[in-house]
Amino acid sequence: MASTFFNNKARAAAVAASSSSKTKASDSKEDTTRLQPWVEKYRPKTLDDVAAQDHTTKVLQRTLQASNLPHMLFYGPPGTGKTSTILALAKSLFGPALYRSRILELNASDERGIGIVREKVKNFARAQLSQPTGLDAAYRAQYPCPPFKIIILDEADSMTQDAQAALRRTMEQYSRITRFCLVCNYVTRIIEPLASRCSKFRFKSLDNAAAGERVAEIARAEGLKLDDGVVDTLIRCGEGDLRRAITYLQSAARLVGAARAGAKDADDDAEMTDAGNSAVGLITVRTIEEIAGVIPEGILDNLVQAMQPKASGSAYEAVSKVVTDLVADGWSATQLVSQLYRRVVFNEAIPDIQKNKIVMVFSELDRRLVDGADEHLSVLDLALRIANILRG
Amino acid sequence: MALLVDKLRPRSLEALTYHPELSDRLQSLAQSGDFPHLLVYGPSGAGKKTRIIATLKELYGSGVEKIKIDARVFQTTSNRKLEFNIVSSVYHLEITPADVGNYDRVVIQELLKEVAQTQQVDLSAKQRFKVVVINEADHLTRDAQAALRRTMEKYSPNLRLILLANSTSNIIAPIRSRTLLVRVAAPTENDICAALRIAAKKEGWTEADGLNKRIAKESGRNLRRALLMFESIYAQNEKVTDSTPIPPPDWEALISITAAEIIKDRSPAQLLQVRARLYDLLTHCIPPTTILKTLTFMLVSQVDDVLKPDVIKWSAFYEHRIKLGSKVIFHLEAFVAKFMRIYESWTMGMDFE
Repeated sequence: MASTFFNNKARAAAVAASSSSKTKASDSKEDTTRLQPWVEKYRPKTLDDVAAQDHTTKVLQRTLQASNLPHMLFYGPPGTGKTSTILALAKSLFGPALYRSRILELNASDERGIGIVREKVKNFARAQLSQPTGLDAAYRAQYPCPPFKIIILDEADSMTQDAQAALRRTMEQYSRITRFCLVCNYVTRIIEPLASRCSKFRFKSLDNAAAGERVAEIARAEGLKLDDGVVDTLIRCGEGDLRRAITYLQSAARLVGAARAGAKDADDDAEMTDAGNSAVGLITVRTIEEIAGVIPEGILDNLVQAMQPKASGSAYEAVSKVVTDLVADGWSATQLVSQLYRRVVFNEAIPDIQKNKIVMVFSELDRRLVDGADEHLSVLDLALRIANILRG
Repeated sequence: MALLVDKLRPRSLEALTYHPELSDRLQSLAQSGDFPHLLVYGPSGAGKKTRIIATLKELYGSGVEKIKIDARVFQTTSNRKLEFNIVSSVYHLEITPADVGNYDRVVIQELLKEVAQTQQVDLSAKQRFKVVVINEADHLTRDAQAALRRTMEKYSPNLRLILLANSTSNIIAPIRSRTLLVRVAAPTENDICAALRIAAKKEGWTEADGLNKRIAKESGRNLRRALLMFESIYAQNEKVTDSTPIPPPDWEALISITAAEIIKDRSPAQLLQVRARLYDLLTHCIPPTTILKTLTFMLVSQVDDVLKPDVIKWSAFYEHRIKLGSKVIFHLEAFVAKFMRIYESWTMGMDFE
């Protein structure tokens, strides 16, 4: 096994061969994959596919070759590929046949209190490795199948302190046959003893170019027509979270794609449908913004305009009118607050002293909205206070 | 005899009178077979529910209109029994988990799992999945929303969720990113006028455009409210003209009297009287936020421009307190006292601070 394990080239060739044969098989499964979320469908299959985490993947590639894996701690903002990386690593280590018996994956929606750590995790960790039977040489050439199991604890920062503490000894005791991989957003929420047992990998926020490339690639694979700037909008609305960007893209595709199917049914004339396709099937910037709940710039312009100091009288009438309309149109207050915030903070025309005060108002308002205060009153209050500060 | 609101409720997507592009979109989603989870949000009276029922009909045909009400009993981990009402048809369920307060997680977990794990038996059904409509989704606790998260992914072949909410602010981000957001804006005043005109025609009532316009304005872009006002005017008056007065609801009349009193006289004695009125409103189950908001906007319209931002500021402040606190009367009263103080200091031209 060891000799084939180091033979990386042979393995890569085998992977390529199997994936090409898989694509044929997947044709029949077209219908089920269509209903699958694209986030799952386009999850990277190998480490090389993981977007824009070169440093981490390089280190992991090396550990892959060395047939030994440390305990790992992945941390970074959501949607940067932490879970994808570990799943891709696990798949390329064990392959489909061994995946089920060698991997235990637990995430926040599973019960994960101290009881589960003591029972399920410990039982899995201490179980002896079953010798894989019926695996031919080709399989071994393709997957290294190292002699240990992996326990993936996704969203580990939501585990209680006690549950984490219960892991400590377990991790050491069974390290001969079991590796842990903790995945979390905030490394500070992992207790120190656990963190020090793992080698840490930081996943940085995706840069726009890499994320954009990935989104464009998916759009190509799905045969979508994108308007100019759609990819940029997706990335902007996703705020560095690739998963969100992909989900938005899928929702948009459902909307326009569905419209296209409807047009076909209604219209038998082939030429007409073609014309309809190009008109309806196009995903525009506005479609994405509507799905993401982004408030159009024009409406924000109105609000900002209303907040400007007037020569005579107060800004109340103008502001209250705009805000009433905003609320009646159903725009979400949190979205409004974050968009307005960006407007104000990056506005060079507002002096720093005023910005200081305005930011304080934003902080208070955000808290109120989280507490469930009435949106109409809160937003009105926010706008009036900013108007007041702008007056000086 | 049913109320106009129920009697004239559009039953299909084609019959909806406004937001045609939204109706088109819902229709194409329903026909595509790949129906996503939806999160429908917008102010009340905008027609969220009507649109959803119409969409369901588009999905399944008229079978969804045969509904029955079940009372189910759920048991919490601490062995408390919860009674819970479910409105259901063969194809869909409709629940309001906020009814059971803090235990909504239990209901969500048990009920949704049960639905998700049973397949559609009826072979003639158009869709393989069942739809669960969750009302007042923004009142769900964090726990319940977290429980939804995994369920939505795991059981997606058998189950589609439609969440109804007034705002997306209280919906956690993971849910928002898993659903298709559908915003239903309130109808414009012209939309309301059009709807009223249709209603009048169907009922065979005389039309009065001026009155319709006034109702639309009074209703605050809330179609349900507009229709109720419309019906009550026709019920109360033999002959309806453009100048027929619109009687405000009792509670609004009471609040407007209170507002006038507060402006007229600002004293502890007056505060005591206001308190009695506030209690009166609360015992009639008017939500405290509604009381505070109505009172605020009535007061604001009667004070000088200089004071308006201040009044709003304190109103927002105490509304927040109402949400956090447990005894609403304190905060309502505090707001009134605060207002009296602001107003007094302005009339006397000096600052009390």
